[in-house]
Amino acid sequence: MSETQVFSMPKVWNADTHTHYCPGCTHGVVHRLVCEALEDLDIQDRTIGLAPVGCSVLIHQYMDIDFMEAAHGRAPAVATGVKAVRPDKIVFTYQGDGDLASIGLAEIIHAMNRTLPLTTIFVNNAIYGMTGGQMAPTTLLGQKSSTCPTGRTAEANGYPIRMCEMLATLGGPAYIERVSVTRPKDIIKAKQAILKAFKNQIEEKGVSFVEVLSTCPTNWGMRPVDACRWLEENMIPHYPLGVHKDFE
Amino acid sequence: MGKSLMKGTEAIAEAAIQAGCKYFFGYPITPQNEILEYMSTRLPEVGGVYVQAESEIASINMVMGGGSTGYRVMTTSSSPGISLMSEGISYIAMAEIPCVIVNVARGGPGLGNILPAQGDYNQATRGGGHGDYRMLVMSPGNLQEAVNLTQDAFELSQKYSMPVMVLVDGFLGQMMEAVEISPRKAEDPSVNAAWALGWWKERGGKRATVYSMYLDPEILEAHNTRLQEKYKIVKANEARFEHYMADDAELLLTSYGTTSRVCRSAINNLREEGYKVGMMRPLTVWPFPSAGLSRLPECVKGILDVEMSAAFPMADDVRISLTRNIPIFTTGRWGGFSPTVRQIEDKCREVLREVSQDE
Repeated sequence: MSETQVFSMPKVWNADTHTHYCPGCTHGVVHRLVCEALEDLDIQDRTIGLAPVGCSVLIHQYMDIDFMEAAHGRAPAVATGVKAVRPDKIVFTYQGDGDLASIGLAEIIHAMNRTLPLTTIFVNNAIYGMTGGQMAPTTLLGQKSSTCPTGRTAEANGYPIRMCEMLATLGGPAYIERVSVTRPKDIIKAKQAILKAFKNQIEEKGVSFVEVLSTCPTNWGMRPVDACRWLEENMIPHYPLGVHKDFE
Repeated sequence: MGKSLMKGTEAIAEAAIQAGCKYFFGYPITPQNEILEYMSTRLPEVGGVYVQAESEIASINMVMGGGSTGYRVMTTSSSPGISLMSEGISYIAMAEIPCVIVNVARGGPGLGNILPAQGDYNQATRGGGHGDYRMLVMSPGNLQEAVNLTQDAFELSQKYSMPVMVLVDGFLGQMMEAVEISPRKAEDPSVNAAWALGWWKERGGKRATVYSMYLDPEILEAHNTRLQEKYKIVKANEARFEHYMADDAELLLTSYGTTSRVCRSAINNLREEGYKVGMMRPLTVWPFPSAGLSRLPECVKGILDVEMSAAFPMADDVRISLTRNIPIFTTGRWGGFSPTVRQIEDKCREVLREVSQDE
C-alpha cells in the first residue's frame, strides 16, 4: 500500500498571496522548489532572500522569510553586505538573466569569487520578461525578441553568454549546476540541486550557483507546452544541463 | 584617550570604529585610500569585517545589505565614486536604512583630478540620485569636528533611518591635526529588530522585508509624503552652524570646510585692520542652516560666499535663506586650488568699498 500524499503548499510559501506570473511561466515551479528546500532544511527562520529587478521582483511577497529588494543587478552585492554582517544567516539571491548576466555581471562574478558562502538561484529564460520581451544576454542566436525582431545575430548582437561555464573558471564557487524544469524528472533534479546549494551554505562549504533554464511563453510568443519543447530543443543544446563545478 | 596627531582620513576611520561601526565596504579611490587601508587593518582587530568591493556600485549596495540588518555600517569614497553610489543611495533613502557615507571630495566634473574641491555640493545636498530624497550632510571644518560629526552621523542616521554623509574635501582628508577620539556607546543592533533583516526570533516568528518599490501609486504617494515629513523634522532640528565674529559684521562670509579655515585667517587679519568682517559657517550643508542667515542685523551690508567651486552652489542656499535683500558676492578657487588668505582679504576690502558706496 502506498501512502496517500495530499498536495499542499510548502509552509514557507506565503499563503495569503497569488503570484503575478503569466500562465505557463516556470518561475512558479522554481519558487516552489526554493520554498521546499528551505522547509526541508528547516531554515525558514534564518534565511534572508534578495530579490532582483525583473519578473521576480515581487518574490519577497510570495515567500514567508526575511526578504530584501535590490537594485537591478545588485543583489549579489547586497547579499555580500548581509552575509558579512550576519554570517549566521542563510543568504540567497534569486535573479533573472537580464539582472544577473547583463547589468549585474560584475556583482555576480565578484560575489561568486569571494569565499563568503552565498547561494544564487539564476533563472534563465533567454529574454527580458518584465519589460516586454527585449533581447537578453542569454537570447540564443536566431531567437527573435522585440529588439532583435528578425532574430539575434552574432554580427549585430554578440553571442549568448553561458554563465555556469564562465563562473566555473573562478576559484571561489564550491558548486555550480545547470538544471531545467520542463519535465518531471528535470524538476526532481532541479530540487536536488537547489537543496544542495543551500546545504552547502549551511555547512559553510562556499558559494553555490544553480542556473534554472526557464520558459517565457508570453514573450516567446508560444503556448506553454510549445515553450517547454522549444526550451528542450533549443536552449539545452546551447546551455547543457549538469554539474559545472563541484568541490566534492 | 588623549589627543593624538592623525591624518584626516584615518581620524574619520577610527572615529567610526569608536562609534560602533564594525563593518566597512569600500573601493579604492584617491584621496581617501587611507580609510580602506586603516579599516582593513583595524576592523579585524575589533571583531569587524572589511570587504573590498569590486566597485563603488557594489560597495554602496553592500552597505545597503549590511545596514538592513540593523548594524552600523559605512562606506567612503571620493567624488566620481559617489556618483556611482548615487543609485544605491536613492534606494537606501527610500528603504530608510541607516548608514554613513563619507565623501572626501576632489576636483571634477568627470575624472577631474585628485586634488581637493567643493564641487559636489549640489550632489550632496540635493540627494544626488533619482527621486525626492535627502541625505543629512555634515560639513566639518577641522579634524576634531570631522571626528565628532562622523560619530554624530551614525547616531543621526539611526535616529532618522536615513543615509548621512560626511562631506570633506581632500585637504581635510589629507591634513594632520591633533584629535581626541572618544568611544561612543552604540545601541544594541537588536533595537532595529522591528524592521531589520535577521531578527526572526526577536520579532516573534514574523518576517521582515526591506524594499523600495511601491507599485500602488497611492501607497507610493503616501510614502513620499511621509519621507518629506521626516525631512521637515530633520530640517527643523539638525541644522548646525557657527557664527564667527558675526555680531557686528558689515560683511558676512559664508563658507564651509577647508575654505572656512582660510576665511577665518582672513577675518582675523581684517579685524586687526579695523574691518568688520565675520562668517556664517555651516556644519551641516543639508539641512542648510538658514537660521544663521535669516534676520541678519542691519549692520550687514553684504555677503561674500567663498567656495572651492566654480559654480558657487552654496550661494543659492545663502540667497534663499536671507530674509532681506543683501547683495551676495563670490570668490574662490577651483580645479584643486584653495583660495589664499590674501585673495579673500582683497575681495573683502573690494566688496566693503562697493557696498559702502551704495549707501
